[in-house]
Parts: sequence; structure tokens; C-alpha cells
Amino acid sequence: MTEALLEVDRLRVEFGDEVAAVRGASLTVARGEVHCLVGESGCGKSVLALAVMNLLARRGRRAAERLRFAGRDLLALPDRAMARLRGDRLAMIFQEPTTSLNPAYTVGSQMIEVLRRHRGAPRAVARDRAVELLGRVGITAPGMRLGQFPHQLSGGLRQRVMIAMALMCEPDLLIADEPTTALDVTVQAQILRLLAGLQRDLGLGILLITHDLGLVARVAHRVSVMYAGEIVESAPTAALFAAPRHPYTRGLLACVPVPGKVRRDQPLGAIPGVVPRLMPGFQGCAFRARCGHAAPECASAVPRRPAGATHDYLCRLPADWVRLEPAA
Amino acid sequence: MTADSVAAVAPAAATPAIDIRAVRRIFRVRDAGRVWDADRAVVAVDDVSLTVPAGGVLGVVGESGCGKSTLARMILGLLAPTAGEIRVAGRHLATLDRRARAALIQPVFQDPYASLNPRRRVGDIVALPLVAHGQITRRDIAARVAEMLTRVGLAPELARRLPGELSGGQRQRVAIARALVLKPSIVVCDEPTSALDVSVQAQILNLLAELRRELNLTYLFISHNLAVVEHVASEVAVMYLGRIVERADTETLFRAPRHPYTKALLASVLTPEPGLGVPDVGLGDTLPDPTAIPAGCRFHPRCPVALEKCRSIAPPVVDGVECHLA
Repeated sequence: MTEALLEVDRLRVEFGDEVAAVRGASLTVARGEVHCLVGESGCGKSVLALAVMNLLARRGRRAAERLRFAGRDLLALPDRAMARLRGDRLAMIFQEPTTSLNPAYTVGSQMIEVLRRHRGAPRAVARDRAVELLGRVGITAPGMRLGQFPHQLSGGLRQRVMIAMALMCEPDLLIADEPTTALDVTVQAQILRLLAGLQRDLGLGILLITHDLGLVARVAHRVSVMYAGEIVESAPTAALFAAPRHPYTRGLLACVPVPGKVRRDQPLGAIPGVVPRLMPGFQGCAFRARCGHAAPECASAVPRRPAGATHDYLCRLPADWVRLEPAA
Repeated sequence: MTADSVAAVAPAAATPAIDIRAVRRIFRVRDAGRVWDADRAVVAVDDVSLTVPAGGVLGVVGESGCGKSTLARMILGLLAPTAGEIRVAGRHLATLDRRARAALIQPVFQDPYASLNPRRRVGDIVALPLVAHGQITRRDIAARVAEMLTRVGLAPELARRLPGELSGGQRQRVAIARALVLKPSIVVCDEPTSALDVSVQAQILNLLAELRRELNLTYLFISHNLAVVEHVASEVAVMYLGRIVERADTETLFRAPRHPYTKALLASVLTPEPGLGVPDVGLGDTLPDPTAIPAGCRFHPRCPVALEKCRSIAPPVVDGVECHLA
């Protein structure tokens, strides 16, 4: 792959002594790459993103071997410098556009503020840029929209406004946390096409957080599967869907109803139980309590195994176990 | 309660579980900031007729604002139709009182974080319909609650817990237990898995399918997730701006959709197949507005194949499809 834009190496996030939300997660987003981070609620994927942005809640503590963005060490960056970076080179959009836009200000004033604050651009220049971007994200009559308040827009429009706002300063990396989960499928497809187009045209790197494997298959170049604060499998998209190695990844894929694959009324695959909340100092494989392949040795440290040059997974099972297993 | 409302209906075997004729629901809304103007009418459900056979699963799909939840609330008796009639198990909904209705038809809602009282224990939540119904001893109630919890895959000991101590999947199981405790024959599921993770969604869908077979239930299953609907429904109704624009058995609808809107909805499903990219749904940027329903075919502003006549003439319904071109 090309130049690494975001490097996260063995990131740990803990909230007090009770919760280890991210436990040594590593991932790299290359320039111009769409990297998807998938997992169930509570697996730590949003906390990872917030840790990168240095937006953790006050009790949250982050530590990492390496946390670099475009060659800059984010761990050593003072708060003021980080604030300058956020919304400029490094932008983030959230799941629920209703709560992430300020209801008391017009769309225009919120968008214009971004460019004025980061670049000191004159109001007229910032306004032109806002109009241009709203048009670019597929909003008709952008000039009129600038004067509207968030509540006057539909959910799909609000999410487009969020995306346009994130692009005001031409960021290098966009972190999108479940950007389409709250939207209708038809609108979801439009927003995803838009993001894919921007990534192509602007060479934008995207870290896309989602629990929707269908979406992952269609937009990602690379996928990292997260479970209980760890990346349990990471691979190029085609490899992950063709030959998933970690039992958790395989379980997740079996849960998705695929038209034409699982017959009606045949039970879907399901993973019993929920993601555990782990205390700092937890040992062994976090998935073992829900895993059909668990063995006594899973209670001690599990190795990260390669399954190809850019495919690895965290499990005691060898890379060829899938072939030894009868097809599900 | 009495037999007279059933008298005019065909024998029990042929009686559909849900029978809706020409139902319409209009809401009056006031325009924000326009006090001098008269109220505007939102036709949320417009002249909808449908039947669901006993033991069937009708999936209702459509975008937000298409009227699917309004339809569900009318079938549950939570909202009176402005016009038309609804029969449940052969009986006029309007003639049934709350208890009779509750014994026939029950809801499971989308968000188990919002639909369970956070201050009540799980046992009390599941028992409430029984208590409200009366005519049952406390010991029988406890036994019935324990039986229901076991049936939905929860340990009876959970009866003493509060909803806040449960996971999303466990909460939805509690909601299902509460819905089934009065042994209804019909369950209206309004987006029952949309708030859940895929792994939990699969568990809940499996549970609903199992319960339907064992208890011979009829489901009205509302969802925006077409893959889920394909998995659970025997028939599908596609709603657009208050109308059912296509109605077919599940296999036909998914194999050979006929309405352009159905085609667009199906095209927008992101199946986990790498390399296919994100489909171009081709619906444009105009979003449906239920307060300003277009003339002619109400889908024409977004329709990729609209003709001139679609702008002015409302299409007829032929073989369950409401389109000039089908």
C-alpha cells in the first residue's frame, strides 16, 4: 500500500480501573484508502475513533506505542494543536446528524465557521466554499439551504450537511462513525456513493466505523474486525469475505441474512451472548466464552497469525483450520 | 366478546387474521411559523386494503414517512382510521374493547430501551397484561410469567431484574414475552430488530420464527431492512407515501419486482458481496413529502422511467401493482 496516513499501534483506552475499552488495537489507514472497522455494539470501535481524535470523556485514558497522523505524533501533540488539526486535516462525522449539528445556528453559519476558524477566510469566501460543497454532496438549491436551520432538513440532508462541513478544509482523513445507520436504505446508497466518489476524487482516506457487513463488502478496501477492544482479524476486503479465519468473523458473517442464500424460516447463524466488558489485565482470548472452538489454551495469550501477506488474525487455530472444517 | 360482529363473516378457516378495507388516516398538522394559514392535511395512509391469512407473515417495507407505522398503529387499535374498516380475526376492531383487542393482537416495538418501563422489574412487565386482564390468581400469574420467560429463551430468575440490567437482545426477548403472555393470535412487529446488532438480530429473528411455528401466530412485520423481510415474510407489501404500490408473495417480489420503486429498494440492499460497489439507486435527490403528495402517480418525481401520463393520471392497481408500466 501507499503512504500511511493514520497509524495506530497497540492503542489502549481505559476508563478508571473497571473498563478496558480498547486493548492494544493496531490499524493503519493509507492515503486514499477506505478502511472499515466492524464489530458489535460495545466492542470499542467508537472509543478507538474518539481516542484518535482525542475526544475521550474525561475519565478516559489513552496510551499507545504509536499514534501518528500524516507523520505527526498525536500522543505528543498539545491540546491546542490538536484542536487546530480537528476539523481541518482530520475530520469526523457521527451517526446521528440531528445531535451533532447545533440547532440554534443555521447550516450556513456552522459551515462558514469551520473555514473562518481554521483558515481565517473572509466570510464571503467561506460562504462560496460552503455553497460549492453543498452542491458537491448533492444538495439542490444550496444557497437556500445555508439559511435554514437543522430541524428544517430531513435526516439524509442533515447527514449530507455533516459531510460537506467535514470537507470544508479538504481534510486528509475522514473518520465516519456509522454515518448511514440512521438513514433509509435508498438514502444510505446515495450517501455511500457520495463518500466513495469523494475518496476517489480527493484522495481522501476514510476510516469508516460500522456494524453492517453488507456496507463493508461494498465500500471497504481493507477491513479490521474488532472484538472486546482488540482487532481480531484484519484483511483486504475480498480476502476477508472469501476466507475469514477468526471464529468471530465467521460468526458475524453467518448472522447476516443474504437474499437467496439462507432459506426462509431456516435459522440464521447466531453468536450466543454479548460482547463482554473487560477489566484491565484480562488474559487470553476475549471471545472464548462465546466461541464454538474454544479450548483450554485460549485462556492464556493467543497468537496473532498471518493468513497471507496482508491478512492476520488473533486465534489459536492455524490458518488452514477453515479447510479442515466441514463447510457450514 | 359477542358473536354478532362475527355473524356476517365466512367460516373460521377462511377468515383472514387481518382484513383491512379502504383504510385512510389523515393527520392535521400546523405549519411551523404560519399561524394565519389553515392546518394542512397529511394523508399518512391512503385507501389501503390488505389481508393477512392466519399463520402468514406479511412484511411491510418502505422508507421513513411512508405510513407503515401509522398502518401498524391502526391495526393495533392505538389509532382510529379516518375512514375504512379493520377486522382482526374476523371481528371489527372498532367494536372490540381494549381487553378483547389485547387478547387478540399485540405489538413488539423497535426500541427495547424505550418500550420497557425502566422502573419495573422484568417479571412485573411481563405480568402486566395478565394483571390488567384480571380473572387470574397471583400464583398462576407467576407461573405463566416464568413459562413465558423460558419460552423466549430467558432464565426465569431474570424476572427480578430491572430492564437496565439487561442487554438489548434480552430486553427485546422481554418485550416478546410480554406480547405473547395473553396468547394473542396476531403480533405486529414494528422494526423489531432495527436497534440491535446483527448477531442479536439473528437470535431474535430465529426466536420469532420458532414462536410463530409453535404458537401458530400471524405476524405483520414492518421493517426497512429488505434482507430481513425476505428472510421472515411469506408476503410483502411495499408502501410509498401512504399507498401500497406493490403486493406479492415474497419469492415473486424478490425475484421479479415490478414496480420501479420496489426495484429501487431492492437495488439499494447492500448484500455482503465484495467487489460490487455501491449501487446507483437512480431515485434522484427529491425526497417524498407526505404533506405535499404529487399529482398523478405519487412516485413520478423520483421514478427513473416516468412517462408524461404519470404526472397527471393516477395509475390503476393491476395484479397488486400500482403502476402504469407494470
